[in-house]
Amino acid sequence: MNESADISGKKPFIGAAMLRREDRRLLLGQGQYVGDLELPRMAHAVFVRSPVAHARIRSVDLTRAIAAPRVVYALSGIELARLLPTIPDHQVSLPGKWRSAVKHQILNPQQALLAGDKVRHVGEAFAVVIAESRYAAEDAAALVEADFEVLPAVVDPERALKAGSPIVHDQFKTNLIAELSAGKGDCEKALRTAPRRLQRRFYHHRYAALPIECRGVVSEYDARTQSITIWSSTQVVHWVRREVAATLGMPEARVRCIAPDVGGGFGIKGHVYPEDLLVPFLARKIGRPVKWIEDRHEHLMCSCHSRDQIHDVAVGFDDDGRILAFHDRFLTDIGAFNPIGSGVMYNTIAHLAGPYRIDNFFAEAKVVTTNKVPNAPYRGAGRPEAALATERTMDLIASTLGMEPAEVRRRNMIRADEMPYNVGIVYRDGEPIVYDSGDYPAALEKALGAVGGLDAFRQRQAAARGQGRYLGIGLGCYTEGTGAGPFEGARVRIEPSGKIYVAGGSCPQGQGMETIFSQIMADTWQVDPDDIVITLADTSAIPIGFGTVASRSTVTLSAAIHHASERLREKAFAIAANMMECGIQDLELRHGKVGVIGVPNMEVTLGAVARAAAPGWDHRRPVGVEAGLEETYYWEPPTVTWSYAVHAVIVDVDIGTGAVKLDRYAVAHDCGVVINPMLVEGQIIGGTVQGVGGGLLEGFVYDSEGQLLTGSLMDYLAPTASDVPDIALVHLQSPTSLNPLGVKGLGEGGAIAPPVAIANAVCDALAAFGAELNSTPVLPEQVVRIAHQGVLRSSGVVS
Amino acid sequence: MKPAKFDYHTPATLEAAVALLQQYKGEARLLAGGQSLLPMMNFRLITPAALIDLNRVPNVDYISFDNALLRVGAMTRHRALEFSPIVAQRLPLLAEAIRLVAHLPIRSRGTIGGSLALADPAAELPMLLQVLEGEVVALGPNGARVIQAGDLFEGIMTTNLAADEVLSEVRLPTLSPHAGFAIEEYARRRGDFAIAAVTVVIERAGAQCRKARLATAGVGPMSIRLTAAEAVLEGSRLEDEAIDEAAAKAADQVSPQTDLHATADYRRHLTGILTARALRRARSMH
Amino acid sequence: MSELVSVALTVNGTRRQARCEPRKLLADFLREDLGLTGTHVGCEHGVCGACTIHFNGEAVRSCIMLAVQADGADLQTIEGLAENGTFHPLQQAFHENHGLQCGFCTPGMLMVALEFLRLNPQPTEPEIREAISAVLCRCTGYRDIVRSIAAAAKIMNKNNREATA
Repeated sequence: MNESADISGKKPFIGAAMLRREDRRLLLGQGQYVGDLELPRMAHAVFVRSPVAHARIRSVDLTRAIAAPRVVYALSGIELARLLPTIPDHQVSLPGKWRSAVKHQILNPQQALLAGDKVRHVGEAFAVVIAESRYAAEDAAALVEADFEVLPAVVDPERALKAGSPIVHDQFKTNLIAELSAGKGDCEKALRTAPRRLQRRFYHHRYAALPIECRGVVSEYDARTQSITIWSSTQVVHWVRREVAATLGMPEARVRCIAPDVGGGFGIKGHVYPEDLLVPFLARKIGRPVKWIEDRHEHLMCSCHSRDQIHDVAVGFDDDGRILAFHDRFLTDIGAFNPIGSGVMYNTIAHLAGPYRIDNFFAEAKVVTTNKVPNAPYRGAGRPEAALATERTMDLIASTLGMEPAEVRRRNMIRADEMPYNVGIVYRDGEPIVYDSGDYPAALEKALGAVGGLDAFRQRQAAARGQGRYLGIGLGCYTEGTGAGPFEGARVRIEPSGKIYVAGGSCPQGQGMETIFSQIMADTWQVDPDDIVITLADTSAIPIGFGTVASRSTVTLSAAIHHASERLREKAFAIAANMMECGIQDLELRHGKVGVIGVPNMEVTLGAVARAAAPGWDHRRPVGVEAGLEETYYWEPPTVTWSYAVHAVIVDVDIGTGAVKLDRYAVAHDCGVVINPMLVEGQIIGGTVQGVGGGLLEGFVYDSEGQLLTGSLMDYLAPTASDVPDIALVHLQSPTSLNPLGVKGLGEGGAIAPPVAIANAVCDALAAFGAELNSTPVLPEQVVRIAHQGVLRSSGVVS
Repeated sequence: MKPAKFDYHTPATLEAAVALLQQYKGEARLLAGGQSLLPMMNFRLITPAALIDLNRVPNVDYISFDNALLRVGAMTRHRALEFSPIVAQRLPLLAEAIRLVAHLPIRSRGTIGGSLALADPAAELPMLLQVLEGEVVALGPNGARVIQAGDLFEGIMTTNLAADEVLSEVRLPTLSPHAGFAIEEYARRRGDFAIAAVTVVIERAGAQCRKARLATAGVGPMSIRLTAAEAVLEGSRLEDEAIDEAAAKAADQVSPQTDLHATADYRRHLTGILTARALRRARSMH
Repeated sequence: MSELVSVALTVNGTRRQARCEPRKLLADFLREDLGLTGTHVGCEHGVCGACTIHFNGEAVRSCIMLAVQADGADLQTIEGLAENGTFHPLQQAFHENHGLQCGFCTPGMLMVALEFLRLNPQPTEPEIREAISAVLCRCTGYRDIVRSIAAAAKIMNKNNREATA
């Protein structure tokens, strides 16, 4: 089925920069996001959220709220606990292979849909009010009276592990809710015997996705059919459906979840939130559709945060800069709950070795609860934290030995001729990590070339120093496991009209999936993309689906589409052969038809085949071929594919103000076979700019009492167009053999390297001051303190 | 979030607005540009009993120049100042400052009167009023009074204006054609409020600095004049040493706060850096 | 005083009228009372710019304006850009240059760009970046938006030259 080649001069769609099918409605202002939905008799929900970080809820009085104008209903967590049975465990399940291969201990605190006993972070909801308008509901929410016994809050993850710390989940008697470790070789011995050793602490701070569309859920219960529909700004419609069905005690067949147009997700819309379950519950309870749209202030205090890891690294190396041992002990501040379990932490472990040959390696993770917003995957999901630890270490090795950081990397990088390369530990799926294909050293050279070359830069840098200017160059290299299982589903059906319908479990949030999969289907079936009718993010369209997280959808859905189409084609050929009284082996797909190879007139349209396949009296199917022309296929990947990239950035540091300007930025990137280069570039640039935000601007800040100080976009600073330079892209293409199309994922990649590349670059710029920046974000004030060491006093400093 | 309820009034004159302010005894707010007011109301950080919308009052937005004085109606939008040929010709420093205010969509609604009355410590226009030694006209129940820049600002978002007064006009003395001026601002992103900003205006007689005026934003509860720095500069020939000394004095004089975005020490340091840079730029004019 | 006020205005060339509370935000009025959901709400802090529309010909953030302030005004929203379903050159340029991914900030980007190109028909790249720094995007990283606006500027200038020729 590898018919990507030309048929009578037709160019393939795979690989073409086809313009997007999604654009029209979005550009006309006719997109439909969950906030745009208007249903008859719809009521509006507002959640009442805790103003304190940690408290026992003594009582909640809704009397005044219920009496407020235009209020329909109000509910507290205390009451909800009486109305709903305990929610079954809704964490991502861990594959058996992983569980036997990796040492782990995981406790997972269940989150009540509305807090009833305690509130555990500022922003946790403990009541909900429904009214005729959002405005009226907010008025009423302000009248909810709660009696809290305020408890001391724990906000420092290291203090959270000490005796006497406030405990977030009393039943565990500890804040240490998970430990994982994995390794290869004999790290302890190799460290001890290494000619040189370095030890450092690295901190990757707390920030998050900040999609421009906040979350939102609309739900409508239909009493006639006893069924419920949920529209949610989510990346995982099937998971939401499953949880709603369990929560409401309804068959999945009566529960439909749709993600309409979604305004960005980047991972943090990739799991089931309490609101996804509460809003349908409320809709059924009050017998009216209910709409809840998160506002930005809410979003910052209840949609998941991410990153927030402290790494203590010990590395052993030799005088040539070769790494002999890498030991990493790290802590993740998971906040008050842990919706994705071990995912992020194990991702960090799995990606620590990066593109390097490390024979002795050991990583241990601790997951610690604190009174902050829960921590869940955001673009990169543990990989940026790994990259900070590893890539800063590379630069520290370089400065210890007086070597170019690029050279240290070259000496440690796995070469193209060593592929496939077994890293020595397993991935999240329990399979051994084997880098399938790639050329890391080539990516390094190309990235450096794309910023003007290293030697040329060093000359520029020296000349600039002569003029009192501080330029620096920094690298960030990573590998990225993409296309993870457990599976994805595709359903393909040929219509009597000849149009081909494809439904998949993926849930787009801007990636252009309607376009990508139309391209793939068009090549697979030799039709035009306009002949493809595609439905995604709708549980009615396919019974089982996984969703879009972890850079997986192009890989997994394309493979599912491939296999479903393969089987469907066989069936179509069998029927067409019957119609044309020829052999199946004589047939080919061409221009929306099935025809006899070499005989232009002998062909039938796909629509005719579909009509012939239909059940009924005068069907045209051969004996043994069942009715219908549809296939559903669930593809379970053997394991992940391995994308990679090198980021190179040149910074211009103003040591007077501390401002870091990005002078040049380049990404050399490999995601295997490219379906749509225009969309690939968009993903890389978008991810990179988010990474720049993480490296320089964004950050959540809590005070010692767990108050979130960054509660608005005036304080949580996202990069604007003026904050980023143009980004040069270099493409490498190493196909993989792990799926039929040879594609690798790429959605997250861009965000992985910028924070460490920028930190490395600023350290390079300020090398004369002995600068070491081992945490993110890199702040102007830190630069000033480094450059004016000890001189930053009240009399000020002049330059 | 959505604002809480309020009574809404659209007076036809400033006098009527004053009467309404009196009626509500401090519980009403004036709506001018609304670019700072509405966000605060959306957060329900403030919940006024009434909004008095000044946008329907005619003849309070004008820009006129006469006798070395720019008179600007209090409801004049930042945008109008930005694109005004009179401002470009007569007070280009103002146009330069305005372009630092947020982004064009904000400048299309925000007003000079609103900005001065709000007196955000990190805003550019209060700093302009200080450095130009301008004045404002406030209308109250007992008529109009003139308030000098040095008397207007009293603290963080606190002015000398009474609860029942509304600004009607802003008066900005223009600069002599030979004056050197510069604004140096440091913000985290383009268009953000200043972490620190210094504006300088210097007038020379020959090579000697005859008069120096320096004002700040972002480094204290309100914009102040850097009088200690001015004293160093006046009478000097604006040599590098004088500039460096002035910058050190400037850093010493300010009383910055520590907040989420910057520490007091860092703001103090920036004051020195930006003062020196502004002075060097102003010196290089003419 | 009565709870609801009347707001009568012109939106995309059509006279519209509805009653609402004085506190109703202009963005919500457009979306809910007038059914024009093309304008998006991303923050209500007046920062992200997704809600940008044209108010009497000027780009403004509709989440920090009240509907009542628009009484008598002439508004343009994203729904008013295309003519009879034919893309405005800006929309066409965004389509051809991948200037949007999720589309949520796109109304703000288009309305800011529309005004910007009227004021500066032949902009440089830094000028485009400065203009669109008024709108936050998380998907695109801005590069393709800048390219889209630069491409639109070329087409629009060419159209203007042809129109006046």
